[in-house]
Amino acid sequence: MSHAHPLTTQEVAHVARLARLAIPADRLEDLRGELSSVLGHVARLTAIPMEGVEPMTTPFELVNRLDPDEPGPCLDIQDLLRNAPAVEGRCLAVPKVLAEES
Amino acid sequence: MPFRDATELRNAVRSRQVKAVDALEAVLQRALAANPALNAFHEILVDDARAQAQAIDRTIAAGRDPGPMAGIPLAVKDNITTRIGQTTCSSRMLQGYRSPFDATCVERLQAAGAIVMGKTNLDEFAMGSSSERCAWGPVRNPWDPSRVPGGSSGGSAVAAAAALCGVALGSDTGGSIRQPASLCGCVGFKPTYGRVSRWGLVAFGSSLDQVGPLTASVRDAALTYAVMAGADPRDSTTAPTAVQDPLAELDTPVQGLRVGVPRQYLSADNDPRVNATVQASLDRLRGAGATLVEVDLPLTDAGISTYYVIAPAEASSNLARFDGIRYGFRAAARAGQSLDDLYAESRGQGFGPEVQRRIMLGTYVLSAGYYDAYYGRALRVRRRIKDEFDAAFRVCDVIAGPTSPTPAFAMGGLKDPLQMYLCDVYTVNTNIAGIPGISVPVGFAMEGTRRLPIGLHLQAPAMEDARLLRVAAMVERLHPEANARPPLPLA
Repeated sequence: MSHAHPLTTQEVAHVARLARLAIPADRLEDLRGELSSVLGHVARLTAIPMEGVEPMTTPFELVNRLDPDEPGPCLDIQDLLRNAPAVEGRCLAVPKVLAEES
Repeated sequence: MPFRDATELRNAVRSRQVKAVDALEAVLQRALAANPALNAFHEILVDDARAQAQAIDRTIAAGRDPGPMAGIPLAVKDNITTRIGQTTCSSRMLQGYRSPFDATCVERLQAAGAIVMGKTNLDEFAMGSSSERCAWGPVRNPWDPSRVPGGSSGGSAVAAAAALCGVALGSDTGGSIRQPASLCGCVGFKPTYGRVSRWGLVAFGSSLDQVGPLTASVRDAALTYAVMAGADPRDSTTAPTAVQDPLAELDTPVQGLRVGVPRQYLSADNDPRVNATVQASLDRLRGAGATLVEVDLPLTDAGISTYYVIAPAEASSNLARFDGIRYGFRAAARAGQSLDDLYAESRGQGFGPEVQRRIMLGTYVLSAGYYDAYYGRALRVRRRIKDEFDAAFRVCDVIAGPTSPTPAFAMGGLKDPLQMYLCDVYTVNTNIAGIPGISVPVGFAMEGTRRLPIGLHLQAPAMEDARLLRVAAMVERLHPEANARPPLPLA
């Protein structure tokens, strides 16, 4: 973070790929400026002394709670399938995923 | 609405002075008349709501207890799941989505007699401070429709402020209940993290999100919270400790209250009308017997930086579930397309620009080589922010200041994302520390002939929600003139 260098459009395109977001090429430059501006603001955190401070991931440091492993009712399968973009019978339909390898 | 607030409506229904169907009809007619101009609701569920009201009337006619929320029309932010109507998060990604289950908060409120009457618009996936970034069009401020209502719970704030519902539900990750409440002139309450179940709240920042009410009065907020709060086996982050009854001591006088005023809060960067109104409100509290204590929260300004690492990091993980496979938007398939292409096209077309920005920010700060520098560091600042609050609360009962640095701003007025983020400078640290916060209307800024509401922001230590509501009720009693409704109908 101490490196206050602005992002490059190549880095923005790489992050978009990591995030599984198809971003049109003509939007990369705007995004580069916007993300650089936010990261520049965030860089002020480097000025805050942090020696001996433990990270805090959640407001209440609760201990994991185990529930008894008991069968219970499931949601109705038709309720779930009605939201699917593509269905075949009682299954979700997806494009072929093994086509290239086969 | 012929009632001062939802509690009064509830009392009239329970005592058989008015039927639930008639109380509902009055609210529905207002909502239907005002919604084309304000766009508070994505859906007004007229038939479903009437059926629920008839069921309440039957319960009462049969001599059974209809519950503490009997007949109160409930507007639900559209990122909270309901079996009736759609749950879209104001996103093309979830257009037409019908949840197979009710959120715990909705289930508890309905079981207590509340009537789900509609789903309210928000900034897409609750990411924004203006409710302009809604896939179903921007929400408008009822006091001046050329201005924003705030966000992200803008539709719920408009519905609560303009009496288009009895009580509205919102969610607050960095100020999304309190800031729109301030800009619209209603009460907006974010409970302590872990007090209200997040089951059924579409996850944005899981360590920050909390459901809360937007209401016409503090007692309405206390009532709604009392019904919703408490442990839920379906949300392991709900606190197991008992919920203090927030209604029991709502009439406590001001005498002896210690109000902490951080020197950082009345900043010269705020709109001067906000500072003057907040100062006048603090003076009234002192006049009524409170002691004002200056406290120091030097990390106030670091909140936005910390938040815009933690919240996008959590969002990038939470929103990974939207991939166009099991539910939600799927891009049209193209020949030779890989599964990765389908994910990326679906997410590229289904999410709006701000959601994409935040996912990319989160992906960046969590990526190898940057994780420690950004995410690890932000989590350490997070603990220091919490420690700072703990120290301040050793010398005061509540902390007070402005909810928002400005009154409602013009639509399209904040184009730069970072400028929009800075709207939440006084509210994000509440979520970062996990403590409760509430905005109470205390006055207006004049803008030409129009009045723009200003809210006072109060914060209390974790689990002291009942105390916070008590103090909010004190503030409310000291500002009867601020408890006003915007004029309707609107052109």
